[in-house]
Amino acid sequence: MSPTVTAAIFSLNHPAHYVHWHFFQVSVSNVVVVVVMLFVFVLAVALPFPGAARRRTARWQESP
Amino acid sequence: MSATAANHAAGDRGKAVSPSTSWTTRARAAAVRAAAVGTLPPEQLLPDSQPTYVASWIYVFGLAALAALVVIVGSGILLSLKGLAWWHYTAVGRFFNSIHLWAVELFFFTMVIHLWGKFWMAAWRGGRARVWVTGAVTFLIAIPTALTGYISQQNFDAQWISIQAKDAMNSIGVGAVFNVTNFGQMYSYHVLILPIVVLSLVLAHILLVCRHRVVPPFELDTRRASARISPKRESLRPESPRPAPVSERHPPADRAPS
Repeated sequence: MSPTVTAAIFSLNHPAHYVHWHFFQVSVSNVVVVVVMLFVFVLAVALPFPGAARRRTARWQESP
Repeated sequence: MSATAANHAAGDRGKAVSPSTSWTTRARAAAVRAAAVGTLPPEQLLPDSQPTYVASWIYVFGLAALAALVVIVGSGILLSLKGLAWWHYTAVGRFFNSIHLWAVELFFFTMVIHLWGKFWMAAWRGGRARVWVTGAVTFLIAIPTALTGYISQQNFDAQWISIQAKDAMNSIGVGAVFNVTNFGQMYSYHVLILPIVVLSLVLAHILLVCRHRVVPPFELDTRRASARISPKRESLRPESPRPAPVSERHPPADRAPS
């Protein structure tokens, strides 16, 4: 992707946007990163690991 | 006769005197080897199987953080060897500069998810406090490591960050000894002192995980704890559930009962 196209999508030619609440101030880009991290964390906890059920079954069958 | 002279004399006879032939060296090596193997047996260091509860995405993020750290160290060594003119003014240098930056971003991203997961699993259970502490302290030390890296860029961005960070350092009283506007000091912290600390902590964390194994789920931990209670003591505690015998275990959901 050429720099021109990228610049058209993500225009950085302006001051950063901030979320400001009392003493707390954080840039919108950092908020986006934190939200994405939380989303990925929930996925990591909720999504089953490939092959985990098969391993559990095999282990259960092996147990006396 | 000095050791060097002895080596020269032995070399003249076509046979070198190795320092390892000293009995004190051999005894010390044997003691260190015995202590290391006793502390961490090879089969525990590289196990060929893991409990089923290790099959979780949370551990994938821990491993991803480790992979990112390898990329960070590799690209960082290259950047420090080639110098700032290379990482600012050549295409390959800028490429590796970006690799270094984005590996750091991935390192923090994956490490924090791993950290959150282990926090909610109370991963310090069962005598694993040192495993948890080394991981958490690695995260804390990684923050000034990244800060000194941003300051060491040698551009306007680095100037802006260092001037902003100066006030923070002064506000907590460490500005005199940790001067973020001193490039030489920050660069030394970034390429030598803090990486050694981070890598040592990561190595300790991995070895401790190998030694203490991965923390079991709460349910399994509770079942094991109640299984350790003697029948006499258990009779005094009627509220404590007796662990179900193996024959009464519920089959997994994906296995039809016979």
